[in-house]
Amino acid sequence: MDILYLLIPLSVILVFFILAGLWWAIHRGQFENIESEGERILKD
Amino acid sequence: MIFPNSLATTYNDKVVRQFAIMTVVWGVVGMLVGVIIAAQLTWPELNFGIPWLTYGRLRPLHTNAVIFAFGGCGLFASAYYVAQRTCQVRLFGDKLAAFTFWGWQLVILAAAISLPLGYTQGKEYAELEWPIDILITLVWVSFAVVFFGTIGTRKVRHIYVANWFFGAFIIAVALLHLVNSAAIPAGFMKSYSAYAGVQDAMVQWWYGHNAVGFFLTAGFLGMMYYFVPKQAERPVYSYRLSIVHFWALIFTYMWAGPHHLHYTALPDWTQSVGMVFSLILLAPSWGGMINGIMTLSGAWHKLRDDPILRFLIVSLSFYGMSTFEGPMMSIKTVNALSHYTDWTIGHVHSGALGWVGLVTMGSMYYLIPRLFGQKQMYSIKAIEIHFWTATIGIVIYIAAMWIAGVMQGLMWRAINTDGTLTYTFVESVKATFPFYVLRLFGGLLYLAGMLIMLWNVLKTATRGRSVTVTIPTALAHA
Repeated sequence: MDILYLLIPLSVILVFFILAGLWWAIHRGQFENIESEGERILKD
Repeated sequence: MIFPNSLATTYNDKVVRQFAIMTVVWGVVGMLVGVIIAAQLTWPELNFGIPWLTYGRLRPLHTNAVIFAFGGCGLFASAYYVAQRTCQVRLFGDKLAAFTFWGWQLVILAAAISLPLGYTQGKEYAELEWPIDILITLVWVSFAVVFFGTIGTRKVRHIYVANWFFGAFIIAVALLHLVNSAAIPAGFMKSYSAYAGVQDAMVQWWYGHNAVGFFLTAGFLGMMYYFVPKQAERPVYSYRLSIVHFWALIFTYMWAGPHHLHYTALPDWTQSVGMVFSLILLAPSWGGMINGIMTLSGAWHKLRDDPILRFLIVSLSFYGMSTFEGPMMSIKTVNALSHYTDWTIGHVHSGALGWVGLVTMGSMYYLIPRLFGQKQMYSIKAIEIHFWTATIGIVIYIAAMWIAGVMQGLMWRAINTDGTLTYTFVESVKATFPFYVLRLFGGLLYLAGMLIMLWNVLKTATRGRSVTVTIPTALAHA
């Protein structure tokens, strides 16, 4: 099952990218006033 | 740095319109091929002895047409529309967006020609040969540039949750396609996979199930999170939950694939990992399903007179149903009964016809009149009829396959007291015949609904005209 040496690291790297995305979203204030964001699309 | 799209005063709806129309056209084509192969399974003579029309060649044509042509065009159309509307900015790169449209149509055309001719890499849902794979890569990278370029130049600070789903779908599909389609070309339209044996199987189902997760789930959830609130004229039930839904889903999806390879040469522990991850997936899936349906909380009466909303909400019910059924079928003891039977086909179609199909149709019914400067579709009555033919078609289809599947599973495992098999394989095929007829009937109903939609869409489009929508300035910089 040598393929797992490719697929597992790939998933781990991906998880780090996802974590980076989550970190970015939290620290850039994407989740402030979160419930009002759901209503905005109704006005576009 | 200022990009031309952020100075534009109008949305790029041309490419959305093109993709939206082709969604319906490819829907009819893909479902027609589906009906043909369902008929062939019932009456094998229906391939008329012509090699190009044999089941083995038409079946990948059906799956490619419905997933990548119908579903793909629907995803392009809605991702482009939703990104522009929620970011209040024109699409990034008009020419590149046009390239994604024509490039994607070329991919579909190449598939429609090469698959019946017998060119295939032999990988389920990734059959297309290497030159087409390269074209797919080019189109997909352009799609990513257009989409993320639009998000990057947005005029609204918050990135709406639908865009996160579309973004994850675009990135994941790029990665899956590149890893799984790695092959050594051996001439034009012939190649050998870069992996061998069980390694290849593992990569294939790592790809295959994540294609379900990111193409057929994440992408269409993006659609759901925009069009359900818009059609219901209410914000999503809990925006907070939608964010949790997104992160939970993408963190846990990647390792469900091995459940396709239960009781094979794949190491046992890998199968168990796949089963555990599949079971975990039930939680985020149902969180999202409940969130979508509960958007109607306090306004359930809208379901009574709005057939479009009915499409969307029933699609979510099927999403909930198939994301419950999936984890159950991934349990090894259940899988021992269900694997290789038509139960799997029923499960797939409850997701494909029920969730992906209905959510796309509902979204297109919302989108298409607006793209042609109309208030609503040409005929609301026709939407109503479409809804009922499609829903009844799905129920007949999946019920037939459930019964057939469980029956096959039981027949195959039945053993006489002396240890010999009670039934020969062909006996189980014979016993399945009436259910194949029923399945064909269900499929015909679903196709009929799609034809009604095509008529309705053409009427709407010819009565209306292509409109250019101005980006609202008051809302920009909000």
